[in-house]
Amino acid sequence: MRGITKRYPGVVANDHIDLSVHPGEIHALLGENGAGKTTLMNILYGLARPDEGEILLDGRPVTIAGPSDAIARGINMVHQHFMLVPVLSVADNILLGEETMANRVFLDRNEARRRIIELGQRFGFAIDPDVRVGSLSVGWQQRVEILKALYRNARILVLDEPTAALTPAETEEIFAVLRRLAAAGHSVIFISHKLYEVLEIADRITVIRRGKVVGERDPGATNEDDLAELMVGREVQLVVDRGDSHPAGVELQVSDLRVHDDRGTEVVRGVSFEIRAGEILGIAGVAGNGQDELVEAIIGLRKPTTGRVVLTGRDMTGRSPRALTSAGVGYVPADRHRFGLVLPFPIADNLVLTTYYRSPFAHGVVRDDGAIEQNGERMVHEFDIRTPSPTVPAGTLSGGNQQKIVVAREFERDLRLLVLDQPTRGLDVGSIEFIHRQIIAKRDAGVAVLLVSAELDEVLEMSDRIGVMYRGEIVSIVDGRTADKEKVGRLMATGAQLEAAEAAGKAASA
Amino acid sequence: MTVTTPASRGRLRAAASQAWGAVALPVLSILLALVVGGVVILVSQLLEPNGSLNPIRPFEAYRSLFLGAFGNVDNVVETLVQTTPLVLAGLAVAIGFRAGLFNIGAQGQFTLGALGAVIVGVALADQPGFVAITAAVLAGTLVGAAYGFIPGFLKAISGAHEVVTTIMLNYVANSILAALVSGPLKVPNSPSPVTRDVGNAAFPILIGTDGHLGLLIALVMAFVIWWLLFRTTRGFEIRTVGANPDAARYAGMRPKLITVFTMSLSGALAGLAGACVVLGVTHKMQSSFATSVGFDAIAVALLARSNPLAVLPSALLFGAMRAGSNRMQVEARIPPELINVLVATALLFLVATPVLRRVLRMRGARPVTDATPTIARSYGGSGSGPGVP
Repeated sequence: MRGITKRYPGVVANDHIDLSVHPGEIHALLGENGAGKTTLMNILYGLARPDEGEILLDGRPVTIAGPSDAIARGINMVHQHFMLVPVLSVADNILLGEETMANRVFLDRNEARRRIIELGQRFGFAIDPDVRVGSLSVGWQQRVEILKALYRNARILVLDEPTAALTPAETEEIFAVLRRLAAAGHSVIFISHKLYEVLEIADRITVIRRGKVVGERDPGATNEDDLAELMVGREVQLVVDRGDSHPAGVELQVSDLRVHDDRGTEVVRGVSFEIRAGEILGIAGVAGNGQDELVEAIIGLRKPTTGRVVLTGRDMTGRSPRALTSAGVGYVPADRHRFGLVLPFPIADNLVLTTYYRSPFAHGVVRDDGAIEQNGERMVHEFDIRTPSPTVPAGTLSGGNQQKIVVAREFERDLRLLVLDQPTRGLDVGSIEFIHRQIIAKRDAGVAVLLVSAELDEVLEMSDRIGVMYRGEIVSIVDGRTADKEKVGRLMATGAQLEAAEAAGKAASA
Repeated sequence: MTVTTPASRGRLRAAASQAWGAVALPVLSILLALVVGGVVILVSQLLEPNGSLNPIRPFEAYRSLFLGAFGNVDNVVETLVQTTPLVLAGLAVAIGFRAGLFNIGAQGQFTLGALGAVIVGVALADQPGFVAITAAVLAGTLVGAAYGFIPGFLKAISGAHEVVTTIMLNYVANSILAALVSGPLKVPNSPSPVTRDVGNAAFPILIGTDGHLGLLIALVMAFVIWWLLFRTTRGFEIRTVGANPDAARYAGMRPKLITVFTMSLSGALAGLAGACVVLGVTHKMQSSFATSVGFDAIAVALLARSNPLAVLPSALLFGAMRAGSNRMQVEARIPPELINVLVATALLFLVATPVLRRVLRMRGARPVTDATPTIARSYGGSGSGPGVP
């Protein structure tokens, strides 16, 4: 890609970007949210047309008319959100859009199966083509996506944040697959925020900031700090200095909590813990081990079947979200689009989503638009939400700025307990640094913090104590400052009660 | 100053483009519908016995349509009278859309509201006007509210979709009307089933020969509903539930309660529309109600993008077409059914925004109406609506 420029009203998303990817190379594209990575890849994939510049394939300029054209030229994309049909088998998913026909009417499923098995073996992941995609883990679904691309004879494979939902072990496995692909002569473009991953997997790294290429690095000749600074444009503290914490009395006490999910399966199975004021309890665990349901039960969105949630001595089990909000609970949900924000509403309205009904934002039933707007102006300023105005719909902002709206709203109340579910998911290093600082500030102000994250590093860097959740149970609680990443990672993946972790847990609770 | 000036200018420009975005598509849809209607008129000439192509016929038709609606004071008043129930029922559908509810039952709530107003109006026909009118209007409104409450309640407790339940309740409403008017409410010895006159409960005439009190009620209600939606906490709850029921629940709102409240309010507005028609125009009821106000209201709300104030011009447009269609029929010999073609075509263009945008090369991908997600959800059957666990 040479001199690619793409302008949208008011912004230059890509400003004369040059990017060259060689056969057999894993090329990482690194940049903050809204830096222009996605725009660039959309241009490559034919979803957008560049205003200037050209794309050369094998040295010849080409025009890519659309995704089907891109696929025909061997360019494939694995999106962050998988494009799979859960009720169909692996083979059927792969055949969708690239049907191998026995004749004009019928599919040739046998031939397709044979090719899928053969491709899987060649790249080191044997997969049963008849298994339903919905029953596969996220890591295997990703492999199905990659297989889909290989089945279409992809030469260039674009992966948009492929590790966002994976465990460390799964990430390693996917990396092994990618290395084999590269060894077989395929080109891989790897989009990520995660610096250590990029350093581990990439042959070359291109960093984009504000639509421009700001640097190209060789992973051997750089480090995380260098990349972060390049990406953000200033020095970034990758690991926030958490300082000492001074836990006081018990603020939240959860005892023997059992919770069912929407399908009636018990997914939280007798969880007990307590958090003191001025302390951060991290919950580590692979996504889908009951963390979401645990959090929902604590903040009142889901009724537990048994157990107690006691906040500052008051039994709040099964109380409404409104009751918990009033009692001083702040909550940052994992899915900000689904729970945290009303995207079509102005930023100012989103900033009062949980407090709109009370003074100063309402007098009786009448909203005080003046107060809501003032609050909006103030929060936008204080939390550095990058927007032309608080009247702009929240949905127009980048992910990091949207998350800042949720954080601003939930952190700016009188809090006793702060419940954070994946507070930095999908955010770039600059935004993560900002949010981590805010969390530490709240802890220092004496708030009890429950931090749930699938990002093990985040839990390790922030928490005073770490509870590892596996299949609905907290299998171990370890000291956050001395915990060993390997061991916690193994606990997350297997739930095995390691003696060392046990001992640390005892030490921590003693 | 150097910092604020470009920002405020940008905000002005944004506001201007937003206003243009809101108005442009409805207006363009209507213009395109007029073009399509003109083609229909042109082509239909060829089907007449000694058909010859008269190229100015569409213009004649639209001219008499316009003059029939706005030609003189009486025409204007007639237009306003036709507009009145469309405003109220349009508000009913619009507020439903805002809460993510597709109230197709406005027709049934309208019918039973009218019936309620007639029953009380007839009973109080000899009482002083103020008492009779107030009681009859309240009766119509409350009956409509009760009839809207039913689908709202069903949705809240069982997830029964309001599109299905309200369609069925429309049939029930027609049957109730027929049963009561040809039975207990029938004037004895009358050849056809019809109720007594509402007597003193009839609305006073404010302008012209037909311009009754309902005009004022409709105008006031548009502002009241706008105020409710955008200036009160309850309105914020309604809009939040409509835009994102999960976020509403998370924020401590009660989506099921809001669903029941909004459906009841929607029914109340449709019932009020019915009351205005019987108390202001017909003064009695027959065993069937020859009107499609409740269905036209859906078009009114869509064209107004569920904005209560925009319902006023939107309803006026439909009212004018209804009022002008008589003259068009007499003068230009165009059957009034053409109006339905115009309405339907305008809506098609409006709903098919992406097509329209591409044809007109307009930028951006803003949805045309705030009801679009509601309608999509209604037919798509995804379970994310409020009350669906």
